Amino acid sequence: MIKRTLRRILSDHGMILVLLLLCAYFSVVTYSEQSPVGEAAAGQVASAIKSQFGKTPRVLIVGRDQADDVAFTNKLQATLASTGAQVLGVVNGEPKDARDALQKTAVSGGKLDVIACTESTAAWLVFSDLKGDFPSLGAPQVLKPKSYRWPNFLKSENLLNIANQIAIIAIVAIGMTMVIITGGIDLSVGSLLALSAVLAARIIRDHAGGVNASPLGMTLACTLAVIACGAVGAFAGGVITKFDIPSFIVTLAMMLVASGLAYILASGQSVYQVPNSFVWLGRGASLFKIPNAVLLMLVLYFLADGLMSRTWLGRYLYAVGGNRESARLSGVPVRRVLLFAYVASAMLAGVGGVIMASQLKSGSATYGNMYELYVIAAVVVGGASLSGGEGRMFGTLTGAFTIAVIQNGMNLTNVESYTQKVVLGLVILGAVMLDKIRRRQ
Amino acid sequence: MTQTATMSAVSAPPLIAMRGIVKSFPGVWALRGVDLTLHSGEVLALLGENGAGKSTLIKVLGGAHRADSGVIEIDGQAADFQSPLDARDAGVAVIYQEFNLVPGLTATENIFLGREMTRLGFVSREQERRRAAALFDRLGVTINLDIPCRRLTTAQQQLVEIAKALAFDARILGMDEPSAALTSHEVSHLFGIIRDLRKRGIGIIYISHRLDEISAIADRVAVLRDGVSVGLRPIGDISRKEMIELMVGRELKDEFPPRSVKIGEPRLVATGLRRGRAVRDVSFTVRRGEILALTGLVGAGRTETVRLIFGADPREAGEIRLDGRVLAMRSPRDAIAAGIGLLTEDRKLQGLVLGHSVRENFALPNLARLSRGGFVQLRREREEFGGYVNTLKIKVPNQEQRARNLSGGNQQKVVLAKWLARNCEILIFDEPTRGIDVGAKYEIYLLMNDLAARGKGIIMISSELPEVLGMADRILVMHEGKVTGEIADARTATQAQIMKLAIA
Repeated sequence: MIKRTLRRILSDHGMILVLLLLCAYFSVVTYSEQSPVGEAAAGQVASAIKSQFGKTPRVLIVGRDQADDVAFTNKLQATLASTGAQVLGVVNGEPKDARDALQKTAVSGGKLDVIACTESTAAWLVFSDLKGDFPSLGAPQVLKPKSYRWPNFLKSENLLNIANQIAIIAIVAIGMTMVIITGGIDLSVGSLLALSAVLAARIIRDHAGGVNASPLGMTLACTLAVIACGAVGAFAGGVITKFDIPSFIVTLAMMLVASGLAYILASGQSVYQVPNSFVWLGRGASLFKIPNAVLLMLVLYFLADGLMSRTWLGRYLYAVGGNRESARLSGVPVRRVLLFAYVASAMLAGVGGVIMASQLKSGSATYGNMYELYVIAAVVVGGASLSGGEGRMFGTLTGAFTIAVIQNGMNLTNVESYTQKVVLGLVILGAVMLDKIRRRQ
Repeated sequence: MTQTATMSAVSAPPLIAMRGIVKSFPGVWALRGVDLTLHSGEVLALLGENGAGKSTLIKVLGGAHRADSGVIEIDGQAADFQSPLDARDAGVAVIYQEFNLVPGLTATENIFLGREMTRLGFVSREQERRRAAALFDRLGVTINLDIPCRRLTTAQQQLVEIAKALAFDARILGMDEPSAALTSHEVSHLFGIIRDLRKRGIGIIYISHRLDEISAIADRVAVLRDGVSVGLRPIGDISRKEMIELMVGRELKDEFPPRSVKIGEPRLVATGLRRGRAVRDVSFTVRRGEILALTGLVGAGRTETVRLIFGADPREAGEIRLDGRVLAMRSPRDAIAAGIGLLTEDRKLQGLVLGHSVRENFALPNLARLSRGGFVQLRREREEFGGYVNTLKIKVPNQEQRARNLSGGNQQKVVLAKWLARNCEILIFDEPTRGIDVGAKYEIYLLMNDLAARGKGIIMISSELPEVLGMADRILVMHEGKVTGEIADARTATQAQIMKLAIA
């Protein structure tokens, strides 16, 4: 029973194995020295001070004039204050500022036990010969956050970064999976993404109050943009089913139409008159620091997987792709099912466009260029068959992540972008070949 | 004839010898050590129920499958077929049940595909065309050489397949159910060809379910059961009854189950159906509890007629009433909703989604009923299908088995289960036992009788006259899109009477 379940998981999601191997590989090659920064560093240094110098040490805190360091100094100051330590000074700046602070303390005749530094400030020359330079301070010790070894790849910021980068492609790939399962293809998603981004931004600019738009206004604008994409999808699906024209050709045409419309609507420029709060969807994070776009992606995947595996509509989609004539003769409303797939694909491309507009705080017709190819690659790497009838939603998600992990891993290992393209192309090919071989067995 | 074949067998090594052939598929042992010899100038009939391994064996012979173990010798020389091409080079041609034609190419192009006749590097169309025409002449048929094969009928496509094999002068010819889609007229032509080939020393392996044909054409009979050879005898030493018993492994009484059904009021009334040249003013009635046979030559418009009734093709004229109510059918969906079910002639292309599980195939027309709030109730689906697996004796290892991996008979049973679960009022069976073995045939006949007894109306299309006579209450004969005759009491009908109407 367990063996069978395991085998089913492997055969359904064999790409997961490939993905895990890739993750393991990039973890090994990016294994390196890490030093905590910001509040995490502050917590660590605070507890070190407490254990080494007891309750009331005299401390100077030194950080650079940077967000991370400011977070470090602020947090450390607050923590030390609450434990009763004596903070004689806080520096956020240059070595010169640190020297001034030391000078001041020395002049006022104060003693110093600890100089709490960040990884970088601890290396400043000003602290290299404290005994010689400031004998009156009484041999303070320079403390910095302890470093440890950990793969850059596996740092939580990096993993969230991967998820955030792939969220748009993954969401668009949901609709593409449906279309590919029905045996079709949708080349228009990249252009629809741009159209949606431009539409959302323009409606906010022209009708919802521009930079002063309300959350409701922005929501309505985004909804309208997605619905407009859905209408384009309905038109494409209608033409495909009514006239029995291959989806490749119809969506190729719609790709040009949608892209052209996006440029017209944006007047060839970027539409950026949107409120700051517009970035909530694309850059915000509300739950456990998980970006909103990633949350939305996960929710959509669970819904789509339920639809495909549990509902009659999902069964119809598979049946139409598996054998259209058999499905028709079994009473499946083939045209309506196909129409649904193309509308869903277009609307999800619209959602992707809205997220991208939010991430970049503007709408531009240049968005989503070549995205249809990445999206198709994600679906195919995820195990769907281009001849239809086969494929799984979470397979596609795995495929999307595989692509993202490869890109991210290559960025971390400093592979330049032209080589990245070559590698990515070969990996996509390899993944599909691997899948083919596995199926044959 | 038989005499000479046996004589030469003693002196020369057999044309082909297969020993200990084993082949397994996921979850199925198709062949478990089959031995077979074929001599020059001999017709060997391969018999067996569905799933007995006949098709697998012939695919191994043709190089389409590789055996897991076992030896194939040709003229006493070991041969290892890695691909159909290897087999072809060794002089083996196999005509499979599933056609091997490129639908978009013409008959001529298909026949010479891969070995085009050329002059100065260019394909010599005229030469190819003459050769193809000559081949079809030998088959005694005329085929339109200018239209793509997809527009030929099933029977015509089969003839192209045969011509294709003949075209490269194979020494060993395997035929998997070659007669299944042919009319009796065409079959006797085919037999003429086969006898001609035999005379020229070609060895032929002939798979068929039609025992009459085997008695007429075969020199020896090999019977397979569950992947093992259970009998190999000269045709003179085996009776029809013995063949059936060897196949099913038990004694069999009758080919057609007895029936006593009371025929009631008209249920389905079709008047003036029209569609192009295929269906020209066809009217008929199906009554409660009645099995109406629709027969005639292949291409007479029988399938086309029932497709109109099922809403699969749009009709140009005509009216269809079910229980007095006019049906405005624009799609199969409408027909199914009205209570009509169609078991198509071609199960693989029209009846099943081969890559999907048998359970999903079963559920397809029943999903609305099996769903609640849009969600398919998996447990109910499994239970219901499990019931049909038991009552119809569908041989599947589990419900997740892909339909592709089933034998013809079991595939047909899955299709049947689909429509039984819909509780259709009118069921249309298009060649219900085509490519199905004797045992499964009997079960399907029983089911048809049972459905009729429950007051359903049944339309059965069949080219097999014994089946028509054995099963039908009433017979309609079609020719070139028209109904050319009706035999009101099938019990009094004869094959000759039907043939006369069919040729019209």
